[in-house]
Amino acid sequence: MNSVPVDYYVLLSAILFTIGAMGVLIRRNPLIIFMSIELMLNAANLVFVAYASVFESFSGQIFVFFVIAVAAAEVAVGLALIVQIFKAKKNINIDELNSLKG
Amino acid sequence: MLMNSDLIVFLVLAIVSIATALGMVFSRNAVYSALFLVLNFVTVAVFYLLLGAPFIAMSQITVYAGAIMVLFLFVIMLLGADSISSTSDLPWQKPLAFTLALVLVVESIYLIVSRAQMDRVITEPDASINTLENLREMAMTLYSQYLLPFEITSILLLVAMVGAIVLTKQEKVGQGS
Repeated sequence: MNSVPVDYYVLLSAILFTIGAMGVLIRRNPLIIFMSIELMLNAANLVFVAYASVFESFSGQIFVFFVIAVAAAEVAVGLALIVQIFKAKKNINIDELNSLKG
Repeated sequence: MLMNSDLIVFLVLAIVSIATALGMVFSRNAVYSALFLVLNFVTVAVFYLLLGAPFIAMSQITVYAGAIMVLFLFVIMLLGADSISSTSDLPWQKPLAFTLALVLVVESIYLIVSRAQMDRVITEPDASINTLENLREMAMTLYSQYLLPFEITSILLLVAMVGAIVLTKQEKVGQGS
């Protein structure tokens, strides 16, 4: 019998999500923070597909499809913003991007 | 629990994906981070194959590991932002983040293990869920039940495309009046 309990996938996803959250908190490079966000999206997708497989439903897979499309849109806009910020300030250290600070 | 072949594949891939995720967060060089993340996306794609979702696995490879990561690498090299000094104004922030992340992972592992339903297992996808069948079912669901979200996604992609172009457009200085 070949089988993996679905809880293993949930555990793995929780660990990956936490690593992504930690990356957002400890890194100063906005590009790495962006990549950590992608990692968190992936962790969520993994649970979606795991439960779609358990319940033999396609809705989970469709939702992952939408998440991938939204992530692509988000990356396009986000990287455009980062490029513009770099052009304006010559620096993208997250600690120095505090122009909105009152 | 008896070891079976799927479980062994799962455990090996899980170790690889966690190691690459950690490598992504802790690499000094942003290019290494991006390459670690590509490897992580590929392992997640293999998980999707194990779970009987070949279409999502292929989308993962082409969109994430292909398009998105190439965009990332392009921007990293364009900006020359491969290594930013990690001196921070808040010296207590890094240890605090470590501690909170550790608390979060211990909490979630405890909750998941304490409520584990080991009877819900993912069996090997049988021959009826082959690639073509999966594609057909996905398309049927996508274009009937989820037609409106699908169309909204296309508008979202259009808006993102226009937004990216507008954001990176060179401003003509002194032309506005």
